[in-house]
Amino acid sequence: MGIGMAWLVLDRLGLTENGVCIINDVSLKVGAGRTAILGPNGAGKSTLLRLMHGLLRPSAGAQHWPAPLTQGMVFQRPVMLRTTALANVEYGLKLRGIKTPERRQRAMAALERVGLPAIAERPARRLSGGEQQRVALARAWALEPQVLFLDEPTASLDPASSREVERIIREIAASGTRIVMTTHNLGQARRIAEEVLFIDSGRVVEQSPVEEFFTRPRHVAAQRFLEEETP
Amino acid sequence: MGEITTSLVLAGELVATGDARLASIVTLSLQVSLTATLLACLIGMPLGALLAVGRFPGRHTLIVLFNGLMGLPPVVVGLLVYLLLSRAGPLGQFGLLFTPAAMIIAQTILIVPIVAALARQVIEDAWREYREQLRSLGASRLRAAMTLLWDGRFSLTTAGLAGFGRAIAEVGAVMIVGGNIDGVTRVMTTTIALETSKGDLPLALALGLILIAVVLAVNTAAFMLRQWAEKRWG
Amino acid sequence: MTRLRTFLAVCCTTLLLVATGTQAQERFITVASTTSTEQSGLFGHLLPAFTKASGIKVRVVALGTGQALDMARRGDADVVFVHDQAAEEKFIAEGYGVSRQGVMYNDFVLIGPKTDPAKAIGKDILEGLRRIETARSPFVSRGDKSGTHAAELRYWKAAGVDLEAKKGPWYRDTGSGMGSALNTAASMNAYLLADRGTWLAFKNRGELGIVVQGDTRLFNQYGVILVNPVRHPHVKQADSQKFIDWLVSAAGQKMIADYKIDGEQLFFPNAGR
Repeated sequence: MGIGMAWLVLDRLGLTENGVCIINDVSLKVGAGRTAILGPNGAGKSTLLRLMHGLLRPSAGAQHWPAPLTQGMVFQRPVMLRTTALANVEYGLKLRGIKTPERRQRAMAALERVGLPAIAERPARRLSGGEQQRVALARAWALEPQVLFLDEPTASLDPASSREVERIIREIAASGTRIVMTTHNLGQARRIAEEVLFIDSGRVVEQSPVEEFFTRPRHVAAQRFLEEETP
Repeated sequence: MGEITTSLVLAGELVATGDARLASIVTLSLQVSLTATLLACLIGMPLGALLAVGRFPGRHTLIVLFNGLMGLPPVVVGLLVYLLLSRAGPLGQFGLLFTPAAMIIAQTILIVPIVAALARQVIEDAWREYREQLRSLGASRLRAAMTLLWDGRFSLTTAGLAGFGRAIAEVGAVMIVGGNIDGVTRVMTTTIALETSKGDLPLALALGLILIAVVLAVNTAAFMLRQWAEKRWG
Repeated sequence: MTRLRTFLAVCCTTLLLVATGTQAQERFITVASTTSTEQSGLFGHLLPAFTKASGIKVRVVALGTGQALDMARRGDADVVFVHDQAAEEKFIAEGYGVSRQGVMYNDFVLIGPKTDPAKAIGKDILEGLRRIETARSPFVSRGDKSGTHAAELRYWKAAGVDLEAKKGPWYRDTGSGMGSALNTAASMNAYLLADRGTWLAFKNRGELGIVVQGDTRLFNQYGVILVNPVRHPHVKQADSQKFIDWLVSAAGQKMIADYKIDGEQLFFPNAGR
């Protein structure tokens, strides 16, 4: 049982691709404002996130949104269009049919919130990896989603950029957006999340508040994982 | 060897003296083939993008079809367009036969499959990379196709250039639908064919060298533009 | 995306410009003619004079006689100017042409290796062909239903050579225009029948020379026909008639006689005779 009122319910969710079972019979309720999905490499973290966001269609079970929520997602490697940083942020707004004076204003505001107003007119693909990830966060944030999924958002970044991205994620959460993120950085999970979903071989084997997970993991796979990952 | 040297000298002379007839033939060649390329890009690139991004029955058949049509024989296209535009044909009333417009139509048909097939490849690769991000942002497939076309614009120049290269080098189609009329539909390739049949091989080869130079110049310009743009936009 | 819109606008404007540029309204007629008249340079000599006198441009599509007549049958020409009397009369009998007028003649020549391995040299075209067949010397045929091809077949028949029976590797049916056939013959050192005009203008002669000429049977009559406007209403009757009238007029006939390559007259006007 999770924290808070459930806003996303997974009911016996499964995904099988080419005969390989990637997600196996996952049933849970997500109610926390900030959730981290943890687990060993290849356990199915990213796949579960994509199923939640609807990028993948489950081959079994279903997901329910008790109330429809607007969603966004930020990927490990930001996909930047070959245009300016500002136009990249505007792109999502344009897809929502938001017209230009407002669109520009909202995109600029998002860039300011990620601390990058100065690079608005620079070609996005020419920015550093950290800057690109922040533009991607701004692009998602500008749409003011009610849920934001993040897939290993700092995995390809240097420590300074990681810290900045983490700060932004916390700010997004503080603005009222629900966060679900995968990460292999336990410190980051501890700093950001309220609740942990632990996944092992395609099954979610533990769902606990973050402090409880890190101090008293219940499942044996989680215990082993923490032992291996903690120096 | 001697003949090739003669041709090189002759080509140099023709260019250096600014031969007016040569200039008008080169201009018409470029006008016809560049227009055909432009049209083929306007038709072929969106088509390629839809083939790359779309999901509809018959998509694979269409992909194979367009790949196959890349080898369309120019003479067959010429004949087809001739029969369409001939006075006795279904579009005869427009009187387009033996005009540059007819040549543009024939070359466009000839190179649309090339542009579409190459564009599909480029867009399909980009789609693999962008797909999740674009879908997450809420882009429809149609919208995604448009975005990818714009985003892949530098890579797509290759598709356009391949089409242009084929258009300006072909003789079979323009000969039939243009009629090789002096001063009206005579282009580089038909002039080369004519001079060959007059037995003036050095002049034919000299014109061929000039044609190669023109194609190289267009490609160089496109290459430099792409270099600059990629440096600018990544 | 505003850039995309700009791009599209530029494309459309270019297209419009090109389209209007290429569709310049000029007064012209389309003449379906033969490679011999075009490639010998005769039209380059005649047409500017006619255009200057009449203000009418002449667009020449040069094909074999058979193809030229077919093109006119489809309505794609206003005038045909060819050299195969039998085919021309058939064309008129079918109702595609109004009337035929003789304009000029040139003559065919039998071209062959200067060494003349078949000993075909002389003034008798039929004897020359018979010797080529007997020696099985390489012979290049146009094989494209052109006027020259039709003439060649007539000569073989008159010479009593049954081509269908005697055809062998020595007889190369190339299915090509006069110039291509000449190039082929030059590279194979073969015999072939050519019109004198194209031969004189031809530059890649290799070891070839004239083997038979001067036989009256080698005369090659050119006729001009107005395409039937009843059959094809878009035919530019008035301007086309002006062109035909000019060709057979004293001025036109003189221009034809004046055309020379290396001092040699190629075409002999004989309108109305």
